[in-house]
Amino acid sequence: MDTILGLDLPTWWFLLIGALISGYGILDGFDLGAGALHLFFRKEQSRRIALNAIGPVWDGNEVWLVIGAGALFAAFPLVYGTLLSVFYLPFMLLLLAIIFRAISIEFRSKEEMKWWRTLWDVCYCLSSSTIALLFGLILGNLIQGIPLDKNHQFVGRLLDFFNPYALLISVTVLSLFMLHGAMYLAMKTEDRLYARMTVLINQTSKFFILCFITSSMATLIYVPHMEAIFHKYPVMFALPVTAVLIVLNMRRMIEKRRYLRGFISSGVTTALLLILFASGLYPNLVLSNYDARGNISIYEAASTDSSLRTMLLFAVIGMPLVLTYTVFVFWTFRGKVKLEETSY
Amino acid sequence: MDNVEILSRIQFAFTIAFHYIYPPLSIGLGVCLVFMEGLYLKTKDKVYEELTRFWIRIFALIFGIGVATGIVMEFEFGTNWAVYSRYVGDIFGSALAAEGIFAFALESAFLGILIFGWNRVSPRVHFLSTVLVALGSMFSALWIVVANSWQQTPAGYRIEGTGMQARAVVTDFWEMVLNPSSIQRYSHVLIGAFLAGSFLVLSVSAWYIMKRKYVVHSQKAFTIALWVAAISSLGQLFTGHQSAEVVTKYQPAKLATMEGHFETAPADLYILGWVDAKNQQTTGLKIPGGLSFLVHQDFKKPIPGLNSFKPENRPGAINFVFQTYHLMVGIGMTLIGLCGLALFLLYRKKLFVNRWLMAVFVGSVLLPQIANQVGWYTAEVGRQPWVVYGLLRTSDALSQAVKAEHVLISLILFTLVYIILFVLFIYLLNKKIQHGLDVSPEDPETPRSKFNPSPI
Repeated sequence: MDTILGLDLPTWWFLLIGALISGYGILDGFDLGAGALHLFFRKEQSRRIALNAIGPVWDGNEVWLVIGAGALFAAFPLVYGTLLSVFYLPFMLLLLAIIFRAISIEFRSKEEMKWWRTLWDVCYCLSSSTIALLFGLILGNLIQGIPLDKNHQFVGRLLDFFNPYALLISVTVLSLFMLHGAMYLAMKTEDRLYARMTVLINQTSKFFILCFITSSMATLIYVPHMEAIFHKYPVMFALPVTAVLIVLNMRRMIEKRRYLRGFISSGVTTALLLILFASGLYPNLVLSNYDARGNISIYEAASTDSSLRTMLLFAVIGMPLVLTYTVFVFWTFRGKVKLEETSY
Repeated sequence: MDNVEILSRIQFAFTIAFHYIYPPLSIGLGVCLVFMEGLYLKTKDKVYEELTRFWIRIFALIFGIGVATGIVMEFEFGTNWAVYSRYVGDIFGSALAAEGIFAFALESAFLGILIFGWNRVSPRVHFLSTVLVALGSMFSALWIVVANSWQQTPAGYRIEGTGMQARAVVTDFWEMVLNPSSIQRYSHVLIGAFLAGSFLVLSVSAWYIMKRKYVVHSQKAFTIALWVAAISSLGQLFTGHQSAEVVTKYQPAKLATMEGHFETAPADLYILGWVDAKNQQTTGLKIPGGLSFLVHQDFKKPIPGLNSFKPENRPGAINFVFQTYHLMVGIGMTLIGLCGLALFLLYRKKLFVNRWLMAVFVGSVLLPQIANQVGWYTAEVGRQPWVVYGLLRTSDALSQAVKAEHVLISLILFTLVYIILFVLFIYLLNKKIQHGLDVSPEDPETPRSKFNPSPI
């Protein structure tokens, strides 16, 4: 098997897809979170500013989902087919929520009527929350493992996905995104809306820390296989310790109203939690809680080395470009939101 | 066919047909925008700037729905066609990933600047963003059509494993990308998109001209779009012929279906007709031996008929493919005639006063849309029963984990949501068109319009 810098190609793709999903979580995380908080703003002006804060960037953020899914399809087709078909209805709901969210953002400003705007505000808030909750639900089930037999055929039931642990992870993801989004909005707003954001940040950060502690405990108690890595490589214990330190630091930054640093901390937290999950998973991509032979490893699922190598070349050329556009767009729209004639 | 198969096929067909209303419009409109904004930079004429601003607002609406319905397509490969995903992942996956990373990221990032960046970046950077969005949408189409073309004419691959474990793997990346139908089909799709976008501009401009609103603006927009449309409609004749040559060589059963040709013999070319598949009869207005002539430049040379293929390897809906194919060709010819007539009248300076022709152009926006749709129906229904031609049958490509009732639920939901979406799209598009351009107040040409900066 070919290796690059000591790592084989499936491992590179495992890392790269992890990076893409983290990038998606960090970027779309804040605009989903801003959406989930939308109904906390009462005044029309506040809602418009909140919407325009994410206006020029949310579409670019969603691209990371498209690239991440495309990369999973290309690098690990077996996993792509298995996961998406096993979570058929959750993914269908996710797609509908993505559609509703896009049209809420797009359609809201097109009419002046109060009922029209309220309708799309509610739609925007619900769809943003639903997307965060569904990603959390799928993640919660993947952490526990899903019932696959030795041929990787699904032998469970749809309702089993709605177990308490998965629901807890689901709410945790929502709380993290809400906090992340609140800090983004604080950076983009001023005056009274900014004052409102400081209160919301305080509340959502407490909500998140509560969820974070509960889900960490629940993982330790109910999902022992996620700890195996720490027994094998005690040095990995540095990861959860760092996560805790970052969360504590984030709290400190929030008290000092240093929201850019707080925002970076919540972004790093998202990435660290995903890295923890990935290190518990490796070298598997999907764990089976029914038959250990049902686990899908990166080696079993991977495309051919030559394909992985071609696509790695794409990634090496393409990702710096994507990062450049992202930085350019964020830079262009830096600073506080000002409503203009082209605004939503 | 079992229920999961039939429902999954209906769902895929419905969601992709609905999605395909939007990307061709964005691609074609993108080209028109590049010309409008380019002319603004070159001439500094406010008219072109106001036109660009107006059409970017329309573009944003179309693009938004295109993205939302496009993400559905990407996920549906995995949700409904898991076996297919595993089978083609090594090949199709890399094209799809390339689309995301090289094309979609480009268009989505710069779209924000296009819509919201007017006061934030210089006119040159804004124009550059327009060019990049237009190019990004064409790159998108490139990778998607490459992936689809590989399914029609597989190349640069070998099969690994057997039975349900079999999969296609890339042996030569460029041979896979430049498979025998990629270039012909991409150019055909791209020009179809140019027609869709330019006819939208033609239709709206013609409507304004008839209503005597924004007359100077609309005549300029009409002229730009007319050139794009006229060149494209002629180009479509050429790429269409090339695509048909590929079908002749690599998918003879599809060719026979397109002309309702059952027995191996010299084949006729129908202008209009009807296929009675049960009695193997095709009747209608035809050029005897015309298809043989197009293929072999000889009216007498035989073309393989449907009966020379095993029944399990023939498409099912023969009359459907025949009708969709002939409708596409008929519309293509109509568009050439329409553009030619309009160009002639433009040269004679009699175009914009010709009210009946303007009225025809208002309605003409539907023609390329219909042609694009039925063209794809021909291509996709005509290659059945294969999802990957000659390699993987559609019925073998389904997800094993998905139950019929789940597909039924999602199909009902998609149907409801897409109907709502379409109604809202038409309503808002109409509202934007009624609202019209934001023209400078001193402009004497349209005294009734007042400067009214509305949110997009």
